[in-house]
Amino acid sequence: MLKLTGIGKRFGGLTALEGISFNVAKGSITGIIGPNGAGKTTLFNVATGIYPPSEGAVLLDGRDISALPSESRARLGLVRTFQNIELFGKMTVLENVMVGLHTQSSSGIFSCAFRMPWQMSEERRIREKAKEWLAFVGIPELEDVEAGTLSFGKGRLLEIARAMALEPKLLLMDEPAAGLNSRETAELAELIKRIRDLGVTVALVEHDMDLVMDICDALVVLNLGTMLAEGTPREIQDNQAVVTAYLGEE
Amino acid sequence: MKSDKLKFLVFCLLVIVAPLPLAGGYLTNVLIFVGINGMLALGLNLLLGYAGQISLGQAAFFGLGAYGSGVLTTQFAMNPWLAMLLVAVCVAAFAFAVGFPVLRLKGHYLAMATLGVGIIVHIAFNETIDLTGGPSGLSAIPNLSVGSFIFDTDLKNYYLVWGFALVAILLSLNLVNSRVGRGLRAIHDSEVAARVMGVNARLMKVQVFTLSAFISAIAGSLYCHVMTFISPSSFGFHVSVELLTMVVIGGLGSVYGSILGALLLTLLPEILRAFQDYDIIFYGLLLISMTIYMPGGLVRGIPSLFRRLLPSRGSQHA
Repeated sequence: MLKLTGIGKRFGGLTALEGISFNVAKGSITGIIGPNGAGKTTLFNVATGIYPPSEGAVLLDGRDISALPSESRARLGLVRTFQNIELFGKMTVLENVMVGLHTQSSSGIFSCAFRMPWQMSEERRIREKAKEWLAFVGIPELEDVEAGTLSFGKGRLLEIARAMALEPKLLLMDEPAAGLNSRETAELAELIKRIRDLGVTVALVEHDMDLVMDICDALVVLNLGTMLAEGTPREIQDNQAVVTAYLGEE
Repeated sequence: MKSDKLKFLVFCLLVIVAPLPLAGGYLTNVLIFVGINGMLALGLNLLLGYAGQISLGQAAFFGLGAYGSGVLTTQFAMNPWLAMLLVAVCVAAFAFAVGFPVLRLKGHYLAMATLGVGIIVHIAFNETIDLTGGPSGLSAIPNLSVGSFIFDTDLKNYYLVWGFALVAILLSLNLVNSRVGRGLRAIHDSEVAARVMGVNARLMKVQVFTLSAFISAIAGSLYCHVMTFISPSSFGFHVSVELLTMVVIGGLGSVYGSILGALLLTLLPEILRAFQDYDIIFYGLLLISMTIYMPGGLVRGIPSLFRRLLPSRGSQHA
């Protein structure tokens, strides 16, 4: 599904990522873990086109997308959520999800200004669709609330609903459990599994090891910008290099 | 949806009856300029209040509209309506071409670049004397007419200008509550997130910039036919700043706020005439206190003022 080959990223003299190569298998939930500063978020930013890689290539379904801007990657089915929640704060919850349906609608500036009949029916269609996605994540009652006023946990759910509205092939989630309490985290785990069951491949960066071990089929471990290990959760748990990176030498 | 339609109808009624008690006097003339400034402020608000992109060059598009129509109708004897349409399309094309490189910039840099566009165009009005008459202006521009009906009085021009303004308001209201409007507001709130959601931020910004130039050019054409005389001083930097003030005072991201801001800033200098030389001080003080106490603009500030003054009734609305 997603293939990274030899990804490197430098900011001036600082090497944030070097020689990162791995596959995210279709239909899997892949976890990307590593200590703080390992380069996990940078890797997501490179994968989604927030900034270009210094070297290496990003391939989606075998197609090199390294040079495409974020919006084109989104159209190809590569969508993400953000660590610090990037909602459209001054818009309502429903409107946020409707922005997620942007790629599945096409009304332009003229048909919108003149309220053409096809624009009106498209508007109704995406409004209904947006409501379905709010129901999917379990916050249908919040549709008229201003997104900026949501709690962190609800904001996270909205962000997921908005991302799912694009009907992605691959959903990248940057620390989805950050800032959530244990009950919310358990609900999130169920939600991520339901997303996978819809046929969406999921890759997530996460610090919550219980969550990662519970839901992930495969893990990639980064440390100081390089690949440390790759394997199933069980293999990673037994990997001496990983234990050392997290806990230090004995 | 229903209440939006009702609001617009009430607004239309207000516009229709407003000049009746004025009996075609001086205030009618002022209200014509409220309409023109309202269109200009609306164009800027779509760009600044919704998409979050600043422009300090709106006067250039206004001026290009006015001079385009003025020159084509006086020196080339073109039909004024045809000239208006042709000029607006050309100005929009100009904005589209300028917008692509300029709107890659953000914040202060975008302000500087659009300021530059405004200044260059202003210089062009002054220097192309053969065409525009230069600093002494362009005169004897014909009034607009339909058949034998000529828009030659303040009252007729009032309905002409406000007819255009109401169309612009209606189309803008439709636009901001649509897929395009949501895309623009999303770019404003978080451009990165908007792009990750598949919104083509670059193209959308250029589109709304083009639209605002189109509206400004139409306002310019109307202005030249109403005034029948134009000179470069009406399209200088200070006009762009005045429009910015209208939008901020009226309410960023509000269609009606643009009109309210235009109303206040067009009427205020007239009212403050009573203070003679001190008017500029009152003007400044009013603007400062309004930005401090009504940061959301009049359109949000006035309702919240009422809620504070009438707490019992206000709570029912809240």
